[in-house]
Amino acid sequence: MPRIVYMDNAASTRLDERVLDAMKPYFFDSYAVATSEFGHSMGIEAKETLADARSRLAGLLKVNAEEVLLTSGDTESSNLALKGVALLMGEKKGKHIVTSRIEDFPVLNSAKAMERMGYNVTFLPVDREGILDLGELERAITKETILVSIQHANQEIGTVQDVGAIGKICHEKGTLFHVDATHTFRRLDFDLGKMPIDLMTFSAHTIHGPKGVGGLFVRKGTPLGKWMDGGFQEFNLRAGLENIPGAVGFAKAAELVTSEENERLASIRDKLIARLLSEVPETTLNGHRDKRIPQNANITFHYVEGESITLHLDMRGIEVSTGSACFSRSLEASHVIMGIGGNHERAHGSIRYSLGRFNSMEEVDIVVGAMKEVISRLREISPLRKEEKT
Amino acid sequence: MKFPYGEKVLENFKNPKNVGKIEDADGKAIVGSPACGDMVAVYLKIDPKDHRITDIKFESYGCASNIATGSIITELAKGKTIDEAKQISWKDASDALGGLPKIKAHCSVLAVEGLREAITNYEEKHGLVTEKRPTTEEEVKRRLKNVMNPLTGLDVIRGNLITSVKVEEGTVTIWVDLPENHIFAANIQEEIKERIETLWDVKKVELHFNPSTA
Repeated sequence: MPRIVYMDNAASTRLDERVLDAMKPYFFDSYAVATSEFGHSMGIEAKETLADARSRLAGLLKVNAEEVLLTSGDTESSNLALKGVALLMGEKKGKHIVTSRIEDFPVLNSAKAMERMGYNVTFLPVDREGILDLGELERAITKETILVSIQHANQEIGTVQDVGAIGKICHEKGTLFHVDATHTFRRLDFDLGKMPIDLMTFSAHTIHGPKGVGGLFVRKGTPLGKWMDGGFQEFNLRAGLENIPGAVGFAKAAELVTSEENERLASIRDKLIARLLSEVPETTLNGHRDKRIPQNANITFHYVEGESITLHLDMRGIEVSTGSACFSRSLEASHVIMGIGGNHERAHGSIRYSLGRFNSMEEVDIVVGAMKEVISRLREISPLRKEEKT
Repeated sequence: MKFPYGEKVLENFKNPKNVGKIEDADGKAIVGSPACGDMVAVYLKIDPKDHRITDIKFESYGCASNIATGSIITELAKGKTIDEAKQISWKDASDALGGLPKIKAHCSVLAVEGLREAITNYEEKHGLVTEKRPTTEEEVKRRLKNVMNPLTGLDVIRGNLITSVKVEEGTVTIWVDLPENHIFAANIQEEIKERIETLWDVKKVELHFNPSTA
């Protein structure tokens, strides 16, 4: 079996052993539910453990612990943000939401579900590199707008939005602002406490933490309705048994990400992009050159199809993903590539490389070598543009 | 390792047989899938005496199932007469590959369509079509539904790339809503001509590109 080169970290990451070590005691030694302060001792210990994990996450975000809700992941966090704000503000203020065309599915499909519930949703376009036009945003916000939801960085092409400027516009126009930071939490350095952001989704599984654990930052005073009913957990905003080992793992995983690591990933990314663009002919970089998260590269290899590329790579032990329609369960081409003014052909041959802690610079050589071989082989089979093949 | 396809599919994907182009093909066709944007080209060499397929090649701009089916279908068709080859079904191809995922049916059925279209192309070029109906605009449009625009993943009719079609005294005139220097204009033009020129009563095909969309 060949050595595995895993470059699909945006989908999910390998757990860091140190995270597992931190979580273990809460499966075997201290496994009680977090009780009230009048409960039994194991319950009190659980409560303190949860409070500790929450305050460590809050500390990293530079916000108050009471502003951090723990959830089952970024999907739940974004659902809660959009639908929770609507629950309290829909009748009171209006039924208009603003988001972008290239959001990830938790926001995109929550917004579409709300359209079916009678909300009016504006899906803002982005430019060819994935950047939102702030003028368009400003024009889209009306008196009825209750929430603007814009991702911090894109899941496929890695383009980073200026959430500070976006938030400023939202607040000037008197609307709340939610940010999906699933792909930037701990990967980009920013002081959330000082940012004009009211709600922010973040997740553990993208930073070598456990799957099924996420967070939603809710700035103090933000109107958010409860839609998961049950007990009084999470400041009575999200019912359900607290995932204490998950919370501990989340805090540990977040602490393990360092700025040195992010710089290292950025240098691997830069080398990967530079080599693929220069050594494989007929390629296009998707996303912005500089306004880009350190762990993402996305390139279209023209005249070939993505599922064929990923399968050939898989046989060589390289795991990546593609925006090709053939790869998706719905047989739809990537809405992100189409959203940046790309066409079907550009999505058809697009490959996303997403990096994580366990990737190395030498893997760039393995990947570039394999890409050259696979692409030239598939182009030999392709009926398109014979004359330009090399 | 666990791959999404069976061994035979993987083998035909990894080392596809009969790949390439036949420059002086007796019959050829390029077909595309509106569902996912895959394309397949099939080229035939046919013995005029007994209409037997002596050589067959294919090209694919498509996913693994598409490539594997192209490979197997060319293997199945080689040596058969055109009447026998026309009978080869998607099921025959799928069976020969040990089964294909259902969701991939449309990408694999494409190779079968490609083979049939290439045979039709041969029959028309060699006067083997017995039923001679005059060519109409509808028939031209029906045929153009098999011409793909790789940029949209749609055929040129559904993608509104054909603005108008006129059939007059053996000349078919087609207006295409693309600039002549468009990246796939040459591909699309070649394909349109191949599909229409073979019609028995068509003497000339004229294409007009739209300079204003440049």
